[in-house]
Amino acid sequence: MELVIIAAAIMLGLGALGAAVGMGLLGGKLIEGTARQPELGPMLQGKMFLLAGLIDAVPIIGVGIAMYLIFVVAPGVGA
Amino acid sequence: MAGENPASTTEYIQHHLQNLVYGYHPEQGWGFAKGADTAETAQIAAEMGFMAIHVDSLAWSVGLGLIFCWLFRVAAARATTGVPSGFLNFVELIVEFIDSSVKDSFHGTNKMVAPLALTIFVWVFLMNLMDLIPVDLIPYLLAKAGVGYQKIVPSTDPNVTMGMALGVFVLMLYYSIKIKGTGFVKELTMHPFNHWAFIPVNLFMETVGLLAKPFSLGLRLFGNMYAGEMIFILIAMMFAAGAGAGFAAGGLHAQLFGEHTNLIFWLLVFALVCGICWLNLKGRLSTGKTVLICAVIMTLSGGAFALAGGLMQWGWAVFHILVITLQAFIFMVLTIVYLSMAHEDH
Repeated sequence: MELVIIAAAIMLGLGALGAAVGMGLLGGKLIEGTARQPELGPMLQGKMFLLAGLIDAVPIIGVGIAMYLIFVVAPGVGA
Repeated sequence: MAGENPASTTEYIQHHLQNLVYGYHPEQGWGFAKGADTAETAQIAAEMGFMAIHVDSLAWSVGLGLIFCWLFRVAAARATTGVPSGFLNFVELIVEFIDSSVKDSFHGTNKMVAPLALTIFVWVFLMNLMDLIPVDLIPYLLAKAGVGYQKIVPSTDPNVTMGMALGVFVLMLYYSIKIKGTGFVKELTMHPFNHWAFIPVNLFMETVGLLAKPFSLGLRLFGNMYAGEMIFILIAMMFAAGAGAGFAAGGLHAQLFGEHTNLIFWLLVFALVCGICWLNLKGRLSTGKTVLICAVIMTLSGGAFALAGGLMQWGWAVFHILVITLQAFIFMVLTIVYLSMAHEDH
């Protein structure tokens, strides 16, 4: 069995796990904050998108590397 | 571009991920990297070493930068004190947005930060916007003209994104040393443990934190754009699967042209779909009917594969519009924040 594919799978899985938990906490706090002070809604939402992009950064770098491994490296190695 | 066996689908993907490289090869001399297939081209490009240039990334990024400068110059020359309209209004919207972003995050005094933020935001946004152009369109046209490989999205090239991040890093260091002087060294060696014995530990931790900033800045943009482009390429293979198939799977195109791809045919279909959508915009056709007619056109012209591929590309493109804008915004905000940290003088 080709280990490159397993490596890509681990990268994708663990990255997705971290990103999902982080986003869930962030979104929960946004809803809570908006429920407390509805007039801050738009401002909080804008800040949430900014932080979502920052949280996503390392998992998406992992996705990019994993895609490279699966489609460029694995066929080359002869999976 | 046609064919369903693994070798040629892999070749299709790798072909679209290969940059146009120009450099000095130990055996072939000066020239573009070109091999019998993409794997060989990649190897030749790697053998050219560090100083080989990605001509396509360079051309598209510089070209888009010039377009940005020209457009905003035209708007600035036409600016009046009256109520703006159309293009001028749009440019003023962007400038006001950058102004408020800089005022929110930047706490020093520097005349260069706002123009830098504007340049970064619009330039990165334009580079990312190239990702929404159909995958095969420009490489296919250029292949007819003899250019073998082309990647039209400069931000999918890690050289471009890391280059910009490096530029921001150099500015960070420059302003840190200019404003804080020896205070910068003190900050690196005495935080967080304020004792001379801990200097190596502090230096190590602070250096890692300092270097993480440009690396994450550049790689975040690269990762997002590379993953997006990769998914566009993967969905594009859906269209190739219909080539040479029967009428239900391949539609009119497979019947008329078999294994080959005919650009004129698809441009006509595209114009037709655009015309239907334009009618909808003018209010002459309801949205439900528009979607139905477009689906029928796509099914007739390319079969079930074209319909599925078209819908998936549309869905991913709409999501990608958010990612494009967000990544440009994040790059800009982080640049402003890092420069603000460099100007901080406690």
